[in-house]
Amino acid sequence: MELIMAVLGGILFTTGVYNLLQKQLLRIIIGTALISHGAHLFILTMGELKTGAPPVLTEGVENYTDPLPQALILTSIVISFGVTSLLLVLAYRAAKINGTDNMEELRGTDYE
Amino acid sequence: MSNLTVLPILLPLVAGIIVAFIHKKTTLTRNLSKVFAVVNFLIVGWVFLHVKNQGTLVLEMGSWEAPFGIVLVGDLLAMTLVLTTNIIAVACVFFAPQSLTEKEESFYFYTFFFMLISGVSGAFLTGDLFNLFVFFEVLLMASYGLIVLGNGKAQLRESIKYVLINLFSSMLFVTTIAFLYSVVGTVNMAQAAQRVQEVEQQGVLTTIAILFFFVFATKAAVFPLYYWLPRPYISPNPVVSALFGALLTKVGVYSILRTFTLIFNHEVGLTHSLFIYLAALTMIFGVIGAISTNNIKLIVAYNIIPAVGFMLMGIGIFTEVSISGTIYYLVHDMIIKGVLFLLVGATAYVAGTSDLRKMSGLIHHYPVLGWLFFLASLVLAGIPPFSGFIGKLQLIRGGLGEEEIMIVLVALLSSLLILFSMIRIFIRGYWGDKIEIPVPEREKKGKKMALPAAALLTLSVLLGVGAEWFFPTIQSISQYIMDPEIYIDSVLKE
Repeated sequence: MELIMAVLGGILFTTGVYNLLQKQLLRIIIGTALISHGAHLFILTMGELKTGAPPVLTEGVENYTDPLPQALILTSIVISFGVTSLLLVLAYRAAKINGTDNMEELRGTDYE
Repeated sequence: MSNLTVLPILLPLVAGIIVAFIHKKTTLTRNLSKVFAVVNFLIVGWVFLHVKNQGTLVLEMGSWEAPFGIVLVGDLLAMTLVLTTNIIAVACVFFAPQSLTEKEESFYFYTFFFMLISGVSGAFLTGDLFNLFVFFEVLLMASYGLIVLGNGKAQLRESIKYVLINLFSSMLFVTTIAFLYSVVGTVNMAQAAQRVQEVEQQGVLTTIAILFFFVFATKAAVFPLYYWLPRPYISPNPVVSALFGALLTKVGVYSILRTFTLIFNHEVGLTHSLFIYLAALTMIFGVIGAISTNNIKLIVAYNIIPAVGFMLMGIGIFTEVSISGTIYYLVHDMIIKGVLFLLVGATAYVAGTSDLRKMSGLIHHYPVLGWLFFLASLVLAGIPPFSGFIGKLQLIRGGLGEEEIMIVLVALLSSLLILFSMIRIFIRGYWGDKIEIPVPEREKKGKKMALPAAALLTLSVLLGVGAEWFFPTIQSISQYIMDPEIYIDSVLKE
């Protein structure tokens, strides 16, 4: 199971990086989203995917899954959610003010 | 008593929340922020003295024992850096009203400012890798807010690049923590150090170490990963540039110093010798950038990069002497980069341009600013009585001790080129024919801007002239750093 998850994480990272290297701003943001999905899946996988009950204390259950990676993922998800929403607004403003969403055209040397 | 450790994080956090509620009353916010920053500085200074006299303070959050809960470790290294951070914060909060417009100030500048200070202090104090990631995000989110404040065309363009590179490296950080967790089964630094020590950092652990290095090197702008730094750093307001230049890359350097002296210190031949090569390349490419441009802000921004190279050189050589050089240089560089960004911001403000070719003879109108800048350039380059000298001396002594002649020569040469790049601003901008002041109405504010920078510069000069007062502390820190057992024992209490 870990192997499948590792391959899936790898595919997410690959497509994410491919999208990061595109010219269109929105594609780049989609790339960052894919990479963060890949990272979160990696955390889950690295905690080992042993079968067990959900980590909620219940009577009569001996075997739980590892609760720590789930807490880490939850933290990481909200953080990347916050950054992504900021990035989307930033891209919107930048595209509006600079008049383009093409990263090639977003360079320039006009500093004061 | 160990609760003192949380104060450097908690106080700015509370201050930031309070000023968020009254952001529309600009004068009140401004004065309140000054009070908060000064009080915070005094309290942190007191905690620093306490740590210096009584030894490391370890705070176990929520009374959970060390490897299971989050720990805050207030050792002397972390407290020294937190104190330096707060000194810069005080200077910046007094500089801010001069350089920011009223609208920018009322748009939550001080909230972002205090969040940044809180995040940086947290990153210095934490003893947990995932918590370090969270504090990185706290300070980065605040820096995203600061970098777009003002909504300029160039700012929006550069901030996209800044956010993207940081988001990518944060995700890499999370992945690397996941790898480390799968190998050692913990995210607590002390326990991870203990477990890595047990297996003597074999196989995959060195790969993880290099991945950690890549993450922190992106934050710290080490050679192949520095391309994102210069332009985003000069596009925001001068006070924001000063905060960034003084604090953000140094958090990356601190993280490299911490992880590679505490956790991954067993494969020194592989990892640390890699650092030496990268440090040399960082210095060379940084100074090439600094002497290649005519934009005065860009010159200072490029000068951050060779400074990171110097610090990395000390970590790479990895002896007590060189580590003490790194720590001294770290403190010195935080202060002097703050000074330089403030001064160069003031210069560009009064000259109405940051293009060196368009300014001349400013010293006739602004003698104080000019001589401060001259002094700051000498401090940066490491001319003997000033603070840059002692750090570099220790680093070069460390390099000669380990017979790393190549890096020593590169370091000396790049010091010369740093001096050249800074003095070029002084000669071309301040000397020369007296021309009319381009924007006379800015004269009064421009003179006011010199004051916080002068106060910081005094401290920087004091750090060099009074090296005998500070150096024993730095030396005891480097002894402490070179013996990770003390850290592990104080956290895990064995």
